[in-house]
Formats: sequence, structure tokens, C-alpha cells
Amino acid sequence: MTDLVRTEGDNLPPARSLLPDAETRMRRRKWRMIRDGISRWGITAAGFGVVFSLTLIFAYLFYEVAPILRGAQVSPQIEYDMPGLAEGATVSHLVMERHRTLGTVYADDGMVTFFAIEDGSVRAAFPTGFPTGTRATSFAAAELTQSITAYGLDNGQALVLQHDFESSFPEGTTRHIEPSVLRPFGEDPIVLDEQAQPLELLAVQQTDRGATRLGLAGVTADQRLLLAILSTQENMMTGEVTVSSNRFTLPDIPGTPVKLLLDKGLRNLFVATDDGMLHYYDVSSPAQARLVNSLDVGEGEAITAMDFLVGSISVITGTADGRLMQSFVVRDAANERTLRPVRTFDQHSGAIRVIAPEYSRKGFIVGDETGTLGIHYGTSSRTLLKKSMYENAFENIAIDPRVQALLTVGETGRVQVSTLWNRHPELSFKALWNRVWYEGQAEPEFTWQSSAARDEVESKFSLAPLTVGTIKAAFYAMLFAMPLGLLGAIYTAYFMTPKLRGAVKPVIEVMEALPTVILGFLAGLWLAPFLENHLPAVFSILVFMPLSMIGMAALWKFAPELLKRLFPAGWEFVVLIPVILLIGWVAVYTSPFVEIAFFDGSMRQWLTDNNITYDQRNALVVGIAMGFAVIPTIYSIAEDAVFNVPKHLTQGSLALGATSWQTVVGVVLPTASPGMFSAIMIGMGRAVGETMIVLMATGNSPIMNFNIFEGMRTLSANIAVELPETAVGSSHFRILFLAALVLFVLTFVLNTAAEIVRQRLRRKYSSL
Amino acid sequence: MKNWFRSGTPWIWLTGGAVALCLVMVIGVVGLIAVRGLSHFWPAPVIAVEIENLQTGEMRRVLGPISRTETVPAQVAADAGNYIPEDRLDTLVTRYLFRVGNRDQFGADFVWHTDLGMREFEYPAQVLELERREWGNFYGYPEALLVDGEEVLTADHPDFLPGLKDLVERSLVLHDDIRQIERGEVGEINRQMEQLRRELRRLDLNDVTGMARTEEEARVAAERARLDAEYDELRADLDELYASTRRDTLRMRMSDDRTVSIPLAQVVRVTQPNNMSVPAKMVEYMDRFWTFVTDEPREANTEGGIFPALFGTVTMVIVMSIMVTPFGVLAAIYLREYARQGPITRAVRISVYNLAGVPSIVFGVFGLGFFVYFLGGNIDQLFFPEALPRPTFGSPGLFWASLTLALLTLPVVIVSTEEGLARIPSTIRQGSLALGATKSETLWKVVVPLSTPAMMTGLILAIARAAGEVAPLMLVGVVKLAPSLPIDGNFPYIHLERQFMHLGFHIYDVGFQSPNVEAARPLVYATALVLILLIIVLNLTAISIRNHLREKYRSETD
Repeated sequence: MTDLVRTEGDNLPPARSLLPDAETRMRRRKWRMIRDGISRWGITAAGFGVVFSLTLIFAYLFYEVAPILRGAQVSPQIEYDMPGLAEGATVSHLVMERHRTLGTVYADDGMVTFFAIEDGSVRAAFPTGFPTGTRATSFAAAELTQSITAYGLDNGQALVLQHDFESSFPEGTTRHIEPSVLRPFGEDPIVLDEQAQPLELLAVQQTDRGATRLGLAGVTADQRLLLAILSTQENMMTGEVTVSSNRFTLPDIPGTPVKLLLDKGLRNLFVATDDGMLHYYDVSSPAQARLVNSLDVGEGEAITAMDFLVGSISVITGTADGRLMQSFVVRDAANERTLRPVRTFDQHSGAIRVIAPEYSRKGFIVGDETGTLGIHYGTSSRTLLKKSMYENAFENIAIDPRVQALLTVGETGRVQVSTLWNRHPELSFKALWNRVWYEGQAEPEFTWQSSAARDEVESKFSLAPLTVGTIKAAFYAMLFAMPLGLLGAIYTAYFMTPKLRGAVKPVIEVMEALPTVILGFLAGLWLAPFLENHLPAVFSILVFMPLSMIGMAALWKFAPELLKRLFPAGWEFVVLIPVILLIGWVAVYTSPFVEIAFFDGSMRQWLTDNNITYDQRNALVVGIAMGFAVIPTIYSIAEDAVFNVPKHLTQGSLALGATSWQTVVGVVLPTASPGMFSAIMIGMGRAVGETMIVLMATGNSPIMNFNIFEGMRTLSANIAVELPETAVGSSHFRILFLAALVLFVLTFVLNTAAEIVRQRLRRKYSSL
Repeated sequence: MKNWFRSGTPWIWLTGGAVALCLVMVIGVVGLIAVRGLSHFWPAPVIAVEIENLQTGEMRRVLGPISRTETVPAQVAADAGNYIPEDRLDTLVTRYLFRVGNRDQFGADFVWHTDLGMREFEYPAQVLELERREWGNFYGYPEALLVDGEEVLTADHPDFLPGLKDLVERSLVLHDDIRQIERGEVGEINRQMEQLRRELRRLDLNDVTGMARTEEEARVAAERARLDAEYDELRADLDELYASTRRDTLRMRMSDDRTVSIPLAQVVRVTQPNNMSVPAKMVEYMDRFWTFVTDEPREANTEGGIFPALFGTVTMVIVMSIMVTPFGVLAAIYLREYARQGPITRAVRISVYNLAGVPSIVFGVFGLGFFVYFLGGNIDQLFFPEALPRPTFGSPGLFWASLTLALLTLPVVIVSTEEGLARIPSTIRQGSLALGATKSETLWKVVVPLSTPAMMTGLILAIARAAGEVAPLMLVGVVKLAPSLPIDGNFPYIHLERQFMHLGFHIYDVGFQSPNVEAARPLVYATALVLILLIIVLNLTAISIRNHLREKYRSETD
């Protein structure tokens, strides 16, 4: 130690501090401060990152759902005068082609003109060439996807045309579209009226059901209603097309007809008269055609526009005072087909001039005489937009098949090209949650059927069956889990010896770690067939299990002292395990005998005979499997709540002479009830969102009832089934996001409520 | 008695019964899976039995192991389409599900028979069980072994079985060689071809013209020619190998006395279950189990092994852990050590806790929409334009699945880390600060090491949850059959964008989407068992790490 004490005169090197010099210290201190800063900022960033990702989930789900709420948007882009119209001619029909490059206009003088959408320049013109001395007196267009039109002439004949757009890529990537006009039913006009009266009204439709047939309906100047059915036959050898036609005169029209429509199946004919009546003719067998019923659509006002929605099932009528109504033919209970009014839409302020249906959805666009454009949708009865486009009346409207642009013509002949945003018209609060009257159904109903075989069948997006399914599954699961979880929690926390508790609690909590996919597969592949074969066992277990436990308790009083000493208080459940196994085995073993004795050999058949539908994968299976998954959640939280009831409370109660059960009921439960409540809430949250079990243990049919022997489809299972299949950004996609958002918010609220209750409880305990 | 009821004793027993019932159920479920899963690999005895059709009096011979037995009221059996004589309708019948195999010959490989008209069970020793690559198992009596169409061994020859096994072994080796070439070398050629295609596409995208382009194109063409030549060579090799596998066939007689020739190239395994001693069966058992865990699935996943699923699950969980651990731990440290403890922090904390209760499918929806379509789509636009329109990261894959599960398990890690941090006495922190340590030094050198066991607990729970979660994965990256593993020998070795297989999804897919549920059933149990085992093993490993750490820090803190 002496070398530390240095004296002058020693020949030692100059004194050196063990500490680093000032500069190094400074540098190191600086470095430490920098590190401190980095660590602070890094950690803070991570903290905010979590908050950010939390909000991001909510915000993103909402962002994907939000477009549902938006209406439609129309923004006019280009304006020019109607091209290709001769002096005095008017527009009969307007079409826009899929790629929004060409427009087609049918004029009443028979001129068919194709023009470029972007500037209105004429690309091609095809004069129809009526027979000499005749002129067109009426015009009709078939379903838009068929591109078939017809001119009715003043000599009782009709000319059927079809326009076509042929796409080609002559120089690589630029698309060239070649328009043409064909005459699919022969060059010659088709005679509709043999008396050669002018055709005042005309309807045309082609059907592909069976052989290709064309239907032509017309009203002559002397008010006769005529129908012609044409079929074409191609000669296999020569390729020559022969057209054969059958003509029918239909029953008289009660009133002066103003509009005429024939459906695509050539079964239904609709005639509007000037007194606002819509008449429905059944022409499925034209020789026996009859007027089935009439609807007072206009209530005194004349019908000024009428068209089908795509699929030609629904008829949209517009009246002189601007009212719009949808009606379609419904098969009633007596199997009688009648025309029924279905829904109305927002009223326009002037007479409806034109109705333009969409190509593949149940939407339509309306122009009225005040120049106001209305975008409506059938299924959801939504009016998405009303916008004034012209000073005066509308002349015609065309939509492109992809519903992205709009071509409108005003009375003055000005054409406007507008872009259209109308992505999710089929969704509305009403359509999602209320009964909706779908086409062809007898009455409004809740249906979830997101995909249909054909385009023109409307998607049925009712969240009601899914929500009911979710509640049903959660309800039966809770019915199973709640008693077991809560009672088990009380026993474990209060009656069990600490050592046993330490062993039992983890075992039950292991249940939580069991992947739900395993529970689901057991439920679907093992439990469901097992229950189907042992239905009586379920009920006998339900009845005899609790009874046998109480019975065992009574017997235990007489048990030999030795046994009692082996299993003292706190060990009761061990005694009960063999009882449970025995009762379970007996119930299963006797089940077939019960079936033979009481249910004619098969309880399942017996249920079916008593009009109770039985699915193999049903709510009972889900209830048990999902209950199994929920039990540990409820058990664990409730057990904590009961266990943490301050000991001096229970000891006080016991000291005052209460039995332990009385202490539980009178002291422990009231104190711990908020905790048990929050256990139930959290368990409920888990049951509501559970996916795999429901997916595997039910038939996933979206039905609306609480029958325990039928399945269900829940919101979560529906997402899992349908989201991978759906197109990104479609309405279906967004509804599934909405379902996810609903689940997210619902469970978040449930859990937050439970958490707040628990925190209160914790504070209460600490103050007791 | 009334007093007894009033004392509440019966109700105490009732609550005890609830606990007992829960225990019975847990142990029952785990036991059920264990028994069914494990019995799948046991070479079950093959039964030969004659069954008289009571309706027509015809005799029918059935050969195959019993898959399941159940006793039901005769009425139920009759409803299911079995013929039950009138006088037996109100009794019980036992029905057996025989696995008769030979799906290519019989049409159905599982047949129910009631015990009505059934004769004694026999266990013929010479019956062979052939596991085949296609059409499921084959059960029958061996007749002869043929090489190049020449009979070389007849079934009564003592060396028949060893000889058969040798030939099967030979065809297995050939099959492995073929696979090696097809997967490895041909796969590599395909990969290089794709690379060349992308290079050409990149030229288009970057608007390369003139000399540079011509040179590049010439180079690509030369490369292509070289690869084509290589491929032709491999093709020739393959053809030779294929021809060689077709050499041997086995002639078998089925239960209905028809004979069938089975090419040995089709056979994976030959056993004679009725002629095996218990130790031999045990060896066979271990071998089958090992094959199950290490082999690839066959026949739409209903046969073969589950290796890709096992591998995919583990890879996914590891990638997830790498992402969730630092983020979760840092966030927990922030909430506990840095954030000002006020109502806002409390609200954040409750929200984070509640995130654990949000249904997993919601995370899947978010993952699909945000990660896959939004992030992935943009990454593709920026970094992989030459591969478009084929998505690279813009479609579900391993990385997005791991990220989604990381988000899902984030609250678990945060909650338990926070608990660990809260348990550390503030005196320790104050001591460190008083000695002049900065906050970060206190944190990283004192507080965090002390709370490592808690973090490990969080990670354990996160892993256990992630390994068993299926619903979100169905949306963000799991497929029923992945062509290649996410980790392989091709650069860059770890392919995070690939889709992968997962044990949980495998269970769902095989059990519920496969055409032959009956054949798949034992496999599903076995897979479920492996999944449970995996979760338990992951848990145990983590627990042992935790205990180890706890010991370590205990000695340091003492």
C-alpha cells in the first residue's frame, strides 16, 4: 500500500489517476447520454407503434367499409351536339359500348350511327332501309346484353336488328373496335300484323332457354295486342337460316296502351295504359294467353316510362308526377302468379322521361322532364343521387356495361359524357338488417346468399341470419360453459385445498391452450356422429349427472370413516370423478335401449317425424365444443375474483356461525359478482368471435332460428369461408370487412366493459 | 335431510362436480386424441370373414382391418340402408367398418357390415397389406413376384417376403432418385428460366434499346439454349429411371379371388400384419410414425406424412417470434417505465389488453386487406415490377402470416412483460440510478435482465397461441398443398413470400375438405396429436429456458 503514498524524492513515474482523464470522461459521458437518448426514443417509438397499430386496425377496417356509405357521383366531362341525327329525327335508343370508346344511336328514321365518345365524331353509319313507302312508328329494345332492337313500321311489320362491337388488336396493344349492324332474323321485315295496321307500340325479346326464339309483341293503331314467336333453324348442310313464326292475337287491353314490355322468358307481357294501370298478361302458352291482374301504379297519373331491370323480372314504372315503382310477378301460396307492387323510390319533381337499367345489377338511372338525373337501386331501394343535368327535359340515357360512365342526351340534342362512380348501391342499412323482397320470392325475407349462379340474380346480403347465427352459437356455448366455469371456479377458489388448487387450476387452464381447430375437428368428426347415435344419452346425462352428484353427497354421510379421512373436505371432486365416469358410461350404454323403448328405435327419426329438423352438425355440438373452449376463460377469471375476496370477510362470516356454503352465497358471491360478470363478458367475447369450431362443427347454412338441432352460420365463419373467394373492392368484400368491423367493435366493447368492472373490483378489494 | 340441504353441502358437492367434470373432459379430449392418433400407426390385424346376405342368402368375403365398431338400434342401421330382418328391428346390432382397401378395384375402400349373418373372424397369416402411392392401401393374398414379366418367386417360397421387401426397397430408391432430379435439378432449371424471363421483362420496363438490348437478348438466348440442352439430358435420365421402376410387379389375389398385378413402383410399404410378433409390430410402429412426421403428403393429403405442414408451422412461429418479441417488449417497457402514468396510458393499456380478446379472424381480415393487398401490392410495384402481374409479396404468404400473428400475439407479450416489470422493486431501480447510471443503463443492465423470465413467459404464451391459430392464416397465407418449403437450397434460401402448409389448417383441410373422409380420419387424429405435442414441446422448451434464466438471475441478484 505504500506506493500509493508518494513523496517527492521517490524516483517513481509521475502520478497517474486511475480515473480516465477529463477529455475521455467527457467523451464517455456524452456517449452514455447519446445511448440513453437512443434507448429512450427507441422505446418511445415502439410504444407509439403499438398505439399506432391499434388505431390502424380500426382505421383500416373502417376505411374499407366507408365506401359503402357513399352515394353515387356523376361528373360531366365532355359535351357536344348529338352526332348523326338528320333534321327532324329524334333519338330512339342510345347505347354505350363496354370500353367506353363508342356510342350507338338509333334514330327514329332508321339511321344507326356509331360515334366516338370522346369527341362525338361519327365513326360509322348504317341506314336501316325501311321498305319503300313505310316509316317507323315504334321502337323496342331487348335486354341490353343481347343488343337486339326492333323498329315497328306503319304497315304492321317489324325489322329486327342487332348491333355488334368487334374488338381486335391490329397493332399490338391498341384496341380497335369495329361496329356493325346485323339482321339476325333475316333481311326481310317480319310481319306481325296481318291486317297491316301501323304498330303503335312494340316489344322485343330473345330467349335462349331451349332453342333460340324471338318474341315480338305489338299494339296496332286499332288497339289490338299481338304476339309473334319466331324460331330460327340453321340448315346443317347449307348454313341457310330459316325463320318460322307463330302469330297470336292476345285478349283486349282495358284502356289505351302507352307502354309495352315482354320478358326474356317470353312468359310475361306487361302493358301500361294512360290511366296509370299496369296490366300483366301471362303469355307462357300464347294460345291461352290471359290478363292475370292489373296494378294501379300511377294512381290516376299516366305512366310515362317503363323498363325492366336486368333479368327482365322487375318492371320499373315512372309516372307523370315523377313517382317510381318496382313491381314483379310473385308466385303466391296458391301457386298463382300475380304481379305485385314491391317498392317505391324517391319521387322526382317532374314526369319521368327515360329509365335506363344497368347491365348486370339491379340498378337503373332515370331522367325526368325537369332535367334531373336520378340514380336508384332496386334491391336496396336506395336513391343514390339526384342531380340536375339539363335546363329542360331528358331525351335519353345510356350506361356502359361496367357502370363507369354515363351518356345523356337532353331535349335540345346536347350530349353529355360523364364519369360515374356507383360502386356499392346494393348496400344500405335497410338491405343489411331488414327484410328485403328479392325478385321471385313470395315475400320479403332475411337471406344471405352472396354469390349466385348467374349475373342477373341479385346478391342477397342480409346480415341478420349471420348475426342470429352468431348469437345462437354464443348462447348455447354459454349455456354449457357458464354453469361449469362459474361453479368450478367457486369450488376451486373456496373449497379446494391450496395444494390441490395448484394442481387442478393449471390442468383446466391447459384447455385454453388446446387449438380450437382440434376442438372443431373433434366436434365435427367425432362428437357430431356420436351425439347423433346417442341422443338420449345427452338428455339423461343432463338430468342424472347433477342428481347423481347430490346423491353421492348424501351417500357420503354414510361412507366409512376411513374413506372420509382419505378424502376430507376439499377432496369431494375426486370422489365424484368415478361417479361422473359411471353415469356417463351408463347413459351411453343405455342410450340404444332408450331409443328402442321410447323412440321407435331411432330418436333422430322420431324428431324428424315430429317436425323438428335435425342436422348432424348442429347447435348442440357447437355449444358443447365452443363451451369447452370458453370454460377455461370463464373459470380462470372467475376463480381469481373469488380467490381474491379478502379472507377477513369470509372468516368473519364463518366466525358468526354461518356454514361455508352460506358464507359463499352471502359473502363471497356478492363481493366477487362483478368479477364473475366480467368473466362471463370475456367468455362471451370469445364465443362470439370463435371461428374454427363453428366452421367445422356446423353445416354453415345461414338460417334464422334457435333450434338446437340445426346449424347456423356465424359472422366469423362466414368471413373465413367467403373472404378468400371474393373480388377485392367488391360490395361483397366490403360487407365482409363490415362483419369484421362489427366483430371487432363488439368484442372490444365487451372486453373493455369487463376490464373496467374488474379494475373497479380490484380497487374495492383493496379498500375492504 | 332438510337441515342437510340447508347447510349447503349438496351444493358444495355440485360445485365440486363441475370441477370434476371439467377435469374429466380435458383429460378425456387429450386422451381421445392420443389414443386415436397413436393407434393409427399400429399394424392392425387383417380380418378375413364371410358374411351372409340375409336377404338373398349370398355369401360375401371381406378382407381388411376393422376401422370402427358401433352398437346401434337395428332401426338406425335399417335407416342407414342396411337390410335388417323384420323380427330383429327392435334389437341392437353391432356394425363394423372394414377397411377393405383396393379402391381401384372395389370403388369404395371402407364398407360397413352389420353382425347379422357374419361368420367367425379369421386372421390368415399370409395376407399382405400394401401401402401404395395411389388408390390407398391394398389387401390381398400374394401369389407371385414378377421381374420383367417372368415369375421369380412364388408366395409359398420361404424367401418370398424378404425378396419382396428388397425389390420394394429398390423401387423406393429409384423413386427417390427420380424425385431428386425432378424437384432439385429440373426445379433449378425452371428457376433459372424464370430468372431469364424476368431479365427480358426488365429490359422492357427500363426501356433498354439499341446495342445494349441486342447483347442482352443474345446472352439470354444463349443461356436458354444451354438450359434447354441440360433439361433434355435430364429428361433422358429420367426416362431411363422410369423404365427401370416399371420392371417389377407383384401378383396378388383379392378377397373375391380375382388376381391383380401391382407394379412395385406403386408400393411404398409391405407388411404382413397377421404374421408379426409384437416387437416386430413395435418396430413397424416407430417406422410408420417416423415416416409420418418426415414424409410428404400424398393423395390430396389423405395419406403419407405431414412434414411440410410441421415445417411450415415451426418456421411461421419462429418468424413471428422474431417480430413480436422486440416490439412487444419495447412497448411494454415504454408503458411501464417511460410513459406518464395517467388516464391516457391507462386507456392505451386497456386497449392493448383488449386486443387479446378480439377474434383472431378480425386480424386475418386486417392482414389480408392491409398487409397483403395494400403493403404487398405496393412492394410488388416498387421492387418486383418485372414479375407482375404475378404477385410476389402481393399475395398471401409466410411473411404476412407471421406479421398478422405477431400482431395477434402482441398483447400477450406486452401483458406478461409489463407484469414482470411491475414486480421489480423500485428500490432496485433507485439504487442503480443513485450510483449514477443513466435511465437506459438502469433499464438494460438491471431491470430488463431481471424481468427476462416474464418476457419468456409472454413469448411462450404467444407461441402456444400462434401455433394453434388457424382462422387468420386461412386468409393470409396457408395453403392445403405448398409446392415447395419456405426454406430451401435456392437463393435467397428463406422465401418469406411463399405460401406454406400448417398443421392446424392441415387438420381442417383433411378432415373437412377431403373426398375420402373415412381414410383421412386416423390421419387427422395423428396430425392433431402432433400439433398438441408440438405446442407442448414448444411450451416445455420455453419453460425450461425460463426456469434456467430464473436460476441464473436469482444467483446474480442474491
